[in-house]
Amino acid sequence: MSVSGAIAPNIQLGAKIKVEKEKRKRLGITGTISAVWLALIGLSALLAPWLPIPSPKQAYIDLVQPDGNAPFSTSGHVLGLDGGGHDMLAQTIHGARVSLQIAFGAVMFGMVVGGFLGLSAGFFKGKVDRFISTLFDIFLAVPALILAMSLVAFLSGSSAQSGFLSIERIMMLALGIVATPPLGRIARASTLTWSEREFVMAARAQGAKNFKIMFIEILPNVLPAMMSIALLSVGVVVVAEGGLSLLGVGVNFTDKPSWGNMIALYAQTDLQLHPWLVFTPIIAVFLTVLSLNNLGDIIRARFDAKETTL
Amino acid sequence: MTDTMAASSEPLIALRDVTTYFKTPRGLVRAVDGVSFSLERGKTLGIVGESGCGKSVLSKSIMGLLPKRNVVRGGSIKFEGREVGQAGANELRELWGNQMAMVFQDPMTALNPVMRVGNQITESLIHNLDVSKDFAQETALQLLTSVGIPEPSRRLRQYPFELSGGMRQRVMIAIALACGPKLLFADEPTTALDVTVQAQILDLLDAQQAERFMAMILVTHDLGVVAGRADDIMVMYAGQAVEKAPTRTLFAQMRHPYTEALLKSIPKLDQASHTRLDAIGGRPPDLVHPPTGCRFAPRCPYAQDRCLQEAPPLVSHDTPGHEFACWYPVGTPEGAEALAKNQAAGIAATVSGGN
Amino acid sequence: MAFLMRRLVRVITVVLFVTFFSYFLLNLLPGDPVDTIAPFATKEIKEAIRKENHLDRAVPVQYWFWVEKFVQGDLGYNYTPSSKNPVADDVKSHFPVSVQLVLYSILLTMLCAIPLGVFTAYAAGSRLDRGINTVLFGAFSIPDFAIGLLLAYFVGVKLGWLPNGGYKPFGSGLWTHARTMILPVISLAIAQIAGFTRVLRSDMIATLQEDFITMAKSKGISGKRVLWRHALRPSSLTLLTVAGLNVGALIGGTVVIEAIFNLPGMGLILTSAIRGRQFIALQSTVAIIAIGYVLINVMIDLLYTVLDPRVRNVS
Repeated sequence: MSVSGAIAPNIQLGAKIKVEKEKRKRLGITGTISAVWLALIGLSALLAPWLPIPSPKQAYIDLVQPDGNAPFSTSGHVLGLDGGGHDMLAQTIHGARVSLQIAFGAVMFGMVVGGFLGLSAGFFKGKVDRFISTLFDIFLAVPALILAMSLVAFLSGSSAQSGFLSIERIMMLALGIVATPPLGRIARASTLTWSEREFVMAARAQGAKNFKIMFIEILPNVLPAMMSIALLSVGVVVVAEGGLSLLGVGVNFTDKPSWGNMIALYAQTDLQLHPWLVFTPIIAVFLTVLSLNNLGDIIRARFDAKETTL
Repeated sequence: MTDTMAASSEPLIALRDVTTYFKTPRGLVRAVDGVSFSLERGKTLGIVGESGCGKSVLSKSIMGLLPKRNVVRGGSIKFEGREVGQAGANELRELWGNQMAMVFQDPMTALNPVMRVGNQITESLIHNLDVSKDFAQETALQLLTSVGIPEPSRRLRQYPFELSGGMRQRVMIAIALACGPKLLFADEPTTALDVTVQAQILDLLDAQQAERFMAMILVTHDLGVVAGRADDIMVMYAGQAVEKAPTRTLFAQMRHPYTEALLKSIPKLDQASHTRLDAIGGRPPDLVHPPTGCRFAPRCPYAQDRCLQEAPPLVSHDTPGHEFACWYPVGTPEGAEALAKNQAAGIAATVSGGN
Repeated sequence: MAFLMRRLVRVITVVLFVTFFSYFLLNLLPGDPVDTIAPFATKEIKEAIRKENHLDRAVPVQYWFWVEKFVQGDLGYNYTPSSKNPVADDVKSHFPVSVQLVLYSILLTMLCAIPLGVFTAYAAGSRLDRGINTVLFGAFSIPDFAIGLLLAYFVGVKLGWLPNGGYKPFGSGLWTHARTMILPVISLAIAQIAGFTRVLRSDMIATLQEDFITMAKSKGISGKRVLWRHALRPSSLTLLTVAGLNVGALIGGTVVIEAIFNLPGMGLILTSAIRGRQFIALQSTVAIIAIGYVLINVMIDLLYTVLDPRVRNVS
């Protein structure tokens, strides 16, 4: 490559370089805030049973006025109580437990299944690729939320009697299936480019087994691209859980509060008089999705920069 | 400093100490660093230098086509006596198209891919000259004919991707000529083209220039291109003019070692365009931190200690109108002595890699 | 033409697979599906339902009968203790509402996103651009139902400017109709506007660095014309791609927003089908939505050929 030629594009792209450089710095303020929020909400969800908060089922019915009006904030109940006397902080934290569990489970499912399918499609190409890509296309032919909704409806219908899968597992499975094609496509595209690289060729030339090449040589390089999409997917699934609850499928509030079913329930019962009951889980969802999107963006920017400098 | 064409009363365009710097994270890149020249109507100035020497930036800077952000322009540019060196896009827009126009380097990227050729020609006519659509259409047809495009009426309705590279460059010339500019910039107009087409395009530019009595600034890395076509030649290196002379004078008695090196490196027909100039070792200096002395000194076979410490000014010496910036010019006793001394000392042509 | 045929074959294949898959799901239901659909019915009625839907036959045969009826516009029935009503009737009355919602949202999205995207690309890096970008990033992360609920509360309840639910058809007067659609459409459009603007902006920034933009500038035409005629058109292809990708999210969002604002659209059919365990109705409705979705994507592919002369030439 001509060194003298390299100066000219540098000049024109001066502005762009600057932007990339900014992004390559650590997390930045917004990134740190996002990470802190996610850590906070993740940890409290994980440790919910051991936190000094009341059980979400505990009803402080004596604190609720006869007209169902509960104080917004009272001693010991930072986020107030709902009409049934349930502590909102406890509900929100236990709700996070359910929502995030479903989101992580679904995305893990998508990562594993989509990753495996995408890796295989990109690595073996030909018929395998055509089959897997068509499979993805079929699942992508139904709008994601509609697909998730029908899957949950059917699966919970089938599981209702047998009790084979809990509703959370069903949500995980359904949303995981929905998350699979996009993650799989990323894995496939990324594998296609990486499998042409020298070190993969070299491994092949040395007679390494296909699976070894796939998982030892290619997978570690495909993961970063999948990771940024996975982070965004967690956010999408958190929102989807809310949407599904509003459509009347999903975890039952009386069993376990989730962000989604809290929003759905309070939107029906309390939007007019006690809107904060609706807004509390909404804010939790918003902050979580915002943080995930922000981190996803930061990772992607860093990843892109890495790729262009390679 | 005298200009090459001192005889003329008022040049069409006159530059004095024009600078163009780019702000980058690494620092200020001095892409054009103090260039002066003037050009009369009907004349052609050839600007020659390696890629990255600032010649393309210079022509874009003169036209004011560089982005505003991160660009610092300095010096004076007088077009028909009017100062436009610091003019913004709004002021320059009056000049663009009907006073000065540009033929870009790569016809593959410089035509809008999703717009019909005809519309790309007529839009400047309609906009600048306020003519009717039919008249513009008619003019476009004539333009395409005059730039040698067969079946012009069919071409008008085609998209750029349907045309060959040479054809596209002809279209671009037609666009540039549409509003009858007084000054035409041709920025490496043939670099992206097949060798066989290159001469045709250059001849076309020549013919159009003569016919329209335009001034033309022909930017190229190839001294061979400007040899028979330019009235004057300015050789640029690392953002500065190093030698400036009427074409005949330059070829008869070139003084700057860089010009000499360029001449030696005129690409052969079988070489791909944009090949590194093999004859010149090393690479152009870092334009963020240019060397203190002569910028060419690190690569110059004539270079002495003085060259590394003191930058030679661009001045005329024996022949009026022939300016160069060198302490030990080619073809002088000092130069010969310097070269002999270096060769004796076994100093390679490249003293340093540029860093 | 060959291109169109290939697309059509592909669409039909995908739709067949999708519907067959949903049929397969129906059979995942444990026990007798008729018991699930009409647990209230007598033995004779159950037998009739079974016959009607060919549930006594093997799955592929059932499926074939279903396709046959579907093509003829028979989408099966909703069974309630007192009646059975054709799903097709529901779809006929509810489909237009959802289509209106989707169309208005796309319209509003384009009306806002195109000028915003062009402006932010033009002013890229300026303070205003960064401000707009931050707001858009936030807007992009708010779920559509959250915007819906916020609007329903603040505009619908607090200010009382607009109804926070219900639907009035176009025929009942433009303003009456619009009043019921404004909040749902805004709820759907905000995330879309944010997404589109961001994509258009980054695409236009790249386009604005192209040679042909400098070339267009050098012709002396106005800056506006360079921006709108030269820079926007190549980006419109990207916009179209994003539109195609987003339609799915938009349809999903529509269903949820319909539930929030109590609009009688396809979402209502879906929710009531789920609540009433009307799996045949559910499956037919999902098939209709999937077909609509696939058709929109085909239309987008066709638009490509209109907008990009290069693609047009290839096909």
